[in-house]
Amino acid sequence: MKQFQVDPIVDLQLLGYDISFTNSALFMLLVLFALWVFMLGGMKRELVPGRWQMAVESVTGFVQNMLSSSIGPEGKKYVPFVFSLFMFILFANFMGMMPFGIIPGVHPFTVTSHLSITAVLAVMSFSIVLIVGFWKHGLHFFSLFVPQGTPWWLMWLIPLVELFSFLVRPFSLALRLFVAMTAGHVLMKVLAGFVINGLNAEAFWVAGVVSIPSFILMIGITMLELLVCAIQAYVFALLTSLYINDAVNLH
Amino acid sequence: MDAESAKLIGAGLAAIGAGLAAGGVGNVFGSFLQGALRNPEAADSQQGRLFIGFAAAELLGLLAFVVAMILIFVV
Repeated sequence: MKQFQVDPIVDLQLLGYDISFTNSALFMLLVLFALWVFMLGGMKRELVPGRWQMAVESVTGFVQNMLSSSIGPEGKKYVPFVFSLFMFILFANFMGMMPFGIIPGVHPFTVTSHLSITAVLAVMSFSIVLIVGFWKHGLHFFSLFVPQGTPWWLMWLIPLVELFSFLVRPFSLALRLFVAMTAGHVLMKVLAGFVINGLNAEAFWVAGVVSIPSFILMIGITMLELLVCAIQAYVFALLTSLYINDAVNLH
Repeated sequence: MDAESAKLIGAGLAAIGAGLAAGGVGNVFGSFLQGALRNPEAADSQQGRLFIGFAAAELLGLLAFVVAMILIFVV
């Protein structure tokens, strides 16, 4: 599908590798720019916050609450990381839902609908967990795989199961975000196809029977998709903070 | 049956998983609402757990979608 294609805008080669500036990179820069503008407007530190500052403060407060409730007082250290992760995913998801397509020649692109990008985000949060865990606890970190109160005759099984559930974390993180965004966009593409094909059909009644109900359904699905965008960003940040909690506090 | 049609039937069967995950997600939110209406004061503190349950239930449905996509486009 056209909306998932990564097209080079500026062709670049380095040592035989293709490092072209693609539409994916362009939309990541757009997300970064939107994020920068959003933060810049809210970081005035006025005593009586205006509307914009209120919006920024409520988001930072939200992330801080999430971290302090899942990690505890030590969670404050991880606010910058989780906040940037959350905001980047949220803005990237929303950027893909924006109707840029009404400008001729412009194709919107959802950065998070590619496994390579969500995988990098997931590996980042997974490596933070590993680094924090080994930094704070050293080799004692491996006690994460032996929950307290494990009976001795299950010692051969429980660590294996725990190790496996620990190792699939980055995959589940990356896959969830990627598939949720891709599936939502495919669904909307299918419904949009119903609308257009119904209008172009030879029989005149098809437009009324197929196109109009599909269009109404599509409005609803778009709302749902916006909700999913926010929920997926929230779930990613929440799971990251839970995993960091495992590394900071062990079990 | 040739491999092409078996592939498509398998992808269709994978869609059952999406429906089951819908049941799971509904169960998560429904149970949360049931508990929250009985004890509204404790509801806000459990919102994180609500979304963990939602994420776990949803992931399995999304895996069904991945299986379908792999069957159609990759295999």
